[in-house]
Amino acid sequence: MTLLGVEQLEARHGLLHAVRGVTFEVAAGETLALVGANGAGKTTLLRTIAGAHRPAAGRILFEGADVTAVPAYARLRTGVALVPEGRRLFTGMTVKENLMVAATHGRSGPWNVDTVVEAFPMLRQRLNSRAANLSGGEQQATAIGRALMTNPKLLLLDEVSLGLAPIAVEAVYRSLEALIAGGATIVLVEQDIGRALRVATRVVCMLEGRVVLQGSAKEMTRERVTEAYFGLQHARRATW
Amino acid sequence: MIWVTQLLNGILLGGYYALLACGLSFMFGVMRIINLAHGDLAILSACLVFLIADTTGISPFVALIVVLPVMALIGWGLQRWMLERSLRAGVLVPLLTTFGLAIVIENGLFEYFGADTRSLAPYIGDFAYDSWAITSNVYIGSLAALIFVLAVVLLGGLKLFLTYTPLGRSIRATAEDPDTAALVGINTRAVYAIAAAIAVATAGLAGVFLAMRAVFSPYSGPEQLIFAFEAVVIGGIGSLSGTLVGGIVLGVAQTFGAQINPQGFLITGHVVFLAVLAGRLALGGLRSRGGIPGLRTRPP
Repeated sequence: MTLLGVEQLEARHGLLHAVRGVTFEVAAGETLALVGANGAGKTTLLRTIAGAHRPAAGRILFEGADVTAVPAYARLRTGVALVPEGRRLFTGMTVKENLMVAATHGRSGPWNVDTVVEAFPMLRQRLNSRAANLSGGEQQATAIGRALMTNPKLLLLDEVSLGLAPIAVEAVYRSLEALIAGGATIVLVEQDIGRALRVATRVVCMLEGRVVLQGSAKEMTRERVTEAYFGLQHARRATW
Repeated sequence: MIWVTQLLNGILLGGYYALLACGLSFMFGVMRIINLAHGDLAILSACLVFLIADTTGISPFVALIVVLPVMALIGWGLQRWMLERSLRAGVLVPLLTTFGLAIVIENGLFEYFGADTRSLAPYIGDFAYDSWAITSNVYIGSLAALIFVLAVVLLGGLKLFLTYTPLGRSIRATAEDPDTAALVGINTRAVYAIAAAIAVATAGLAGVFLAMRAVFSPYSGPEQLIFAFEAVVIGGIGSLSGTLVGGIVLGVAQTFGAQINPQGFLITGHVVFLAVLAGRLALGGLRSRGGIPGLRTRPP
């Protein structure tokens, strides 16, 4: 069943045409990796899907309903949650407060402070710490936990490994892989192609705002994605 | 002993300044708006209570029950229809907007009430001038004590509200990062409107107590704005506990100044304000001095 549909989506930052006619679908239970070089339009695309950026044209369908004009706060209640690039925690609040503030406005469901701590054990001793005092990995875990507290049907993750120490990346990805195994639907922006291919069921590669390659992660080779990533060849649109 | 009395009176006067400054600090902390109409909104509230008390004969304390929700509604409407739009035009436009609003309120009140000074003191009977003897030589005014207690309860209550309630956490989140607040489901427009309602209602409360303890006229607003602004800057912009401290420092400075010289009431307060301001600037800018997390000034 298709959970998210993006149709001919266009998004701009002033004169910069960041997203150009992007179309793809995400099925329930699927993990889609969105890869591409810096400036490819991945973050803008994710923010537009979450309602944080107004599209210039195109449609966003969620569970079949057109949510293109729905503001970010209301889109969250339909089940779309974004973990933004750079974590963007409320640094003046504790970890627990960061989680609670999201729970207040989200949907009801299985996620609560206890289940988030279970998924991210590194937060167990840090619940009452100010978010500003956390390590990068702990901040990322809190940011993902905050999004999970809204009980989303679709989780959008923007650059989860960016700026993290390798050991923190491993810890965060261990928790993410458990989420994926549990049937979560995820759109993941990741610079590390190898890691993206490992966790995703499907891959979409963007270049200069356009989708230049998409297909099943199992059938996608690292070399092929890398070529599309850097625009080294005219990538074919896979039809698998 | 006179200095002890003056110290106590200064602290109690500081309670009034803290009450007055609370809304100004809160609005800046949440919305980054310096509301130049803050003093005039306080006077508007005083005029509304005066009108009710004068025409119906009911106690100003009872009239407050009607006027405070009206002031909250005014704050909500101001945010929705005026400040929100002016904020979209840049950070300086709300300053001009609230300056214009101040002029409109002042002249509107002048048109309706005239230039006469008024007071709510006659409507609260002996309470306006009653005092309690702490010792045989030290007295404090009962109304001043009530205002001080109210200021402590209001500022403390607001702090607890922001820390422990879902709406309070939403206000703090919005104050810190409105874009991310929207991403966790917070309707930031509604939060701003609620914050404006709280800020204007507290200004209204302060205005009514000003009218009980002193006289006021349609043009008293700017002077009250200056006192509120001084208390906020002394205590730390955006910090509610700092606002109480700032109010007390200002109040004590003024009463000590008046004790030294009858003309020294205002000037001593201004000198202390300028000294703190200069100290803050020397120590690295007008940054917040702690207080409630999330209600702090951010670099632009």
